[in-house]
Amino acid sequence: MKRIIAVLRRAFTAFDWPLLLILVLFAGLGLTVMHSAVGGTDWRFADQSRNFLAAFVAMWVVALVPPNLLMKLALPFYVLGVVLLLGVEFFGETSKGATRWLNLGVTRIQPSEMMKIAVPMMLAWYFQRHEGAVRVIDFLVAAVMLAAPFGLIVLQPDLGTALLVFGAGFFVIYFAGLSFKLLVPVVLAGVIGLGVMVYHEDQLCQPGVDWVVLHDYQKHRVCTLLNPSSDPLGKGFHTIQSMIAVGSGGLYGKGYMQGTQTHLDFIPERTTDFVFAVYAEEFGLYGGVALLVLYSLLIGRGLAIASAAGTQFGRLLAGALTMMMFMYVFVNVGMVTGILPVVGVPLPFMSYGGTALLTMGIASGILMSVSRHRKVKV
Amino acid sequence: MFEFKKTGQQQKQRFRLRAFVGALVALVCFGVLATRFWYLQVERYEGFSQRADRNRIAVVPIPPRRGEILDRNGEVLARNYRTYTLEVVPAKAGDLDDLFSRLAPVVYLGPADQRRFRRLVAESGRYASLTLRNNLNDTEAAWFAAHAFQFPGVELRARWVREYPQGAAAGHVVGYIGRIAEADLDELDKAGSLGNYRGTDVIGKKGIEKSWEDVLHGRTGLEEVEVTAGGRPVRTLRRIDPVPGSDIMLSIDMGLQRVAEEAFEGRRGALVAIDPDTGEVLAFVSQPSFDPNLFIDGIDVENWRLLNESPDHPLINRPLYGTYPIGSTYKPFVALAALELGKRSATERVPDPGYYEFGGQRFRNAGGAAYGMTDMHRAIVVSSDTYFYSLGPEIGVNALHDFTKQFGFGQITGIDLDGEKAGVLPSTEWKRKAYKDRERQRWYAGETISVAVGQGYNAFTLLQLAQGTATLSNNGLYRKPHLVHAVRDPRTGAVEATKSTPDYQIPLKQQNVDVIKSAMADVVRVGTARRAFADTSYQAAGKTGTAQVFSLRGGHYRASEVSERLRDHALFMGFAPVEHPRIAVALIVENAGWGASAAAPVARKVFDYWLDRDRKRPAARVPAAATADDDDEDAR
Repeated sequence: MKRIIAVLRRAFTAFDWPLLLILVLFAGLGLTVMHSAVGGTDWRFADQSRNFLAAFVAMWVVALVPPNLLMKLALPFYVLGVVLLLGVEFFGETSKGATRWLNLGVTRIQPSEMMKIAVPMMLAWYFQRHEGAVRVIDFLVAAVMLAAPFGLIVLQPDLGTALLVFGAGFFVIYFAGLSFKLLVPVVLAGVIGLGVMVYHEDQLCQPGVDWVVLHDYQKHRVCTLLNPSSDPLGKGFHTIQSMIAVGSGGLYGKGYMQGTQTHLDFIPERTTDFVFAVYAEEFGLYGGVALLVLYSLLIGRGLAIASAAGTQFGRLLAGALTMMMFMYVFVNVGMVTGILPVVGVPLPFMSYGGTALLTMGIASGILMSVSRHRKVKV
Repeated sequence: MFEFKKTGQQQKQRFRLRAFVGALVALVCFGVLATRFWYLQVERYEGFSQRADRNRIAVVPIPPRRGEILDRNGEVLARNYRTYTLEVVPAKAGDLDDLFSRLAPVVYLGPADQRRFRRLVAESGRYASLTLRNNLNDTEAAWFAAHAFQFPGVELRARWVREYPQGAAAGHVVGYIGRIAEADLDELDKAGSLGNYRGTDVIGKKGIEKSWEDVLHGRTGLEEVEVTAGGRPVRTLRRIDPVPGSDIMLSIDMGLQRVAEEAFEGRRGALVAIDPDTGEVLAFVSQPSFDPNLFIDGIDVENWRLLNESPDHPLINRPLYGTYPIGSTYKPFVALAALELGKRSATERVPDPGYYEFGGQRFRNAGGAAYGMTDMHRAIVVSSDTYFYSLGPEIGVNALHDFTKQFGFGQITGIDLDGEKAGVLPSTEWKRKAYKDRERQRWYAGETISVAVGQGYNAFTLLQLAQGTATLSNNGLYRKPHLVHAVRDPRTGAVEATKSTPDYQIPLKQQNVDVIKSAMADVVRVGTARRAFADTSYQAAGKTGTAQVFSLRGGHYRASEVSERLRDHALFMGFAPVEHPRIAVALIVENAGWGASAAAPVARKVFDYWLDRDRKRPAARVPAAATADDDDEDAR
């Protein structure tokens, strides 16, 4: 009996309580919005509840794993991921025009999803090994380790996931000490380039103009973003309708379950990628800002855990995973409000879908594991 | 450039700095988002709020009517008819079994309908609007309209359904439509035309239906409908009419097509007939064929298995996809190559003792015949293999390749159908690329010998042979073959002929071409094909061929069938009339034995129909030309 209590006590000490509190708030909010998005308690509501439960269990299990063990798992996990990605490239199953799935006979898996965790783990492990003596060459090696899975996922093609994997890996490199002198000009150039493009949209989107590096359909996608009304029956429809939903929410929103855009079927993908449109229509500007505050708390807590971590590995991994969550939020909300192109990136804890939630659960679990073992030295 | 060698404490500190910068970036980005919220929800609130209200206005796409497919004389091969369909959104309709049992008393739902529908649900998900049944009769439609309120998620829709009134005739040309699949969606997305397909659920999958999809589909219209808060339509506010797809008039003549198909008498094979003047394909036969009507709603399992597992392979488009060694029908081209390249004159006589000896090996005539001293004319008329064996090393495989390539052998012709095969026109360079093994990359002189009689590595489609024949009959003027004669606007009836694509003239000496043509005329008059062409009203020219079989698809045939399927293929190529060719034909009858007895009679029937038909009733083309002349005179 005593032993059982001891085990239970140990199990419960796994939690980082502030983080858990934030996550519970998200779970409640996510299910509430899902209830409205599906228009009642249909099977997807029940399904999403089960997804939350599964994610919670995954988080708990991972939280109990000490960072040392995670570190040992980094290399095999990464290698397995790359092998599976190669498998997808050659033997993958095609669904919706992209090859993302690998059929293992028993079950179908999507290896690109696990790379979101595996890539930052691998890079954090690598920098941990070279702790204290990081040389230029190490950054180059890290860049290669990041480029390989990124390239394979782009080939599938799955730009959204590739972007997130790249982000997760990039943040490890950033936290490991990539020089600001290198970083700032690149970011600045990117921002200025984007500005120029938006300004010259008219000329660039003429049918005859060839964009050299991008496929025609990618050009189409960017142009639709710059001027959604150019394709009102196609892709632009998503952006226009979600912007109408968000905008018509006003300051206070139309009230829970009162969103006309939502309930008249005008928002496409309203349970998955565009769930934020449902939320913003019904809860307005205040609701939207409140959600951003909640996400800020999550990111703040994550970075605090990272800063307090006892090892370089823990720091880098926790920091990168936190920033990845931030990227999820920014890209998704940016897409729904029409400032970023439509790429398939879900909103953490809000969008319908078991896989994405599971990834979030595991990431949260790693944060908790790092948090609990902050005093332990390797 | 990088910061080196830090102690643990320094590292921690530096990380804190970087985490702080990260947090700052995140805050700035969230600030951007919050600004965007403010812009959308406060600054432009009025506008969006009004638009959301107006969004009681649903935009309903109106799919266009698909263009018809006709033959050159206006006979219909594919058309649409108006019908009621019952469509269901499974997620809104509740339990399927329950739905079926409630619908059952009035709307007939066969077990096949139910199975097909469940498969659709599995494929397309529960949120798509899926067809439960086609072709509701008036009673069923009226009853359902009256009881629609009892069936949420079930809708009665009037829509166009495709129909192929000719059935299997020209099935491989017309092809078929089918439900838009995910791969199709991806293609449409890339082409940027996904919007134009809203409300449409079929797309061309094979044949002309696929290759001319752009023209056939038309442009989707839309209707803005005011809906109540509950989503029910109240009235129409604005309507942009759809633009129906254009009708396509094939160059095929269905009369000729049917004659050609029937001439195969149930045997397997392929035939292509081309008008050498224009490059228009007049008949395009692949036997056995299939009924494209089976595919419209998605083919059912039994029929699919029947078609797909049949040893006759009815789904393979033979003229386009089947590559064969074309045997002796290749000889006129080889002979012309010898003349043009100056390797052997037409009058030079070569002994034919029944075999040709090369490197200690004997290459024998088919059938063991010996023709004695043979010149080129006689070699073609009697089809002497020995004569052509000896030509092989003289011309050389690469020179032969370069010459016959101009006629389109081993090349994609670019006909307006999908899935064309290039086949193999052998050369030393081809062999080097085709094989990995060093030893197998080498070209052996003996291989040139079998290539010169149309065997060996040669593998051409019947379309290529027909194209080569048409080009030869036309004295070397190459015209790209095509199947579409004109495009017709269904609203105005205006017919626009498709533009003839760039052609080229193969530089040939007319006297050389005449040698070949006169020999081919004698093949038909006194040579191997004389029996099939006895008593014609026109003078034809041609060449028979018999090709040794390599198995089409491995060895899973039953023993009783094996002997039949190992028989030689019978081939014929030719054109008529010899002076001013109006039709060029190439055909193969699989496993039918001798070209002279099995293939030539098919060509005879095709020529007879095409040329004697004009004799019986005035040819369509002649009066048309006369009228044009009259007009010219009036103008003057």
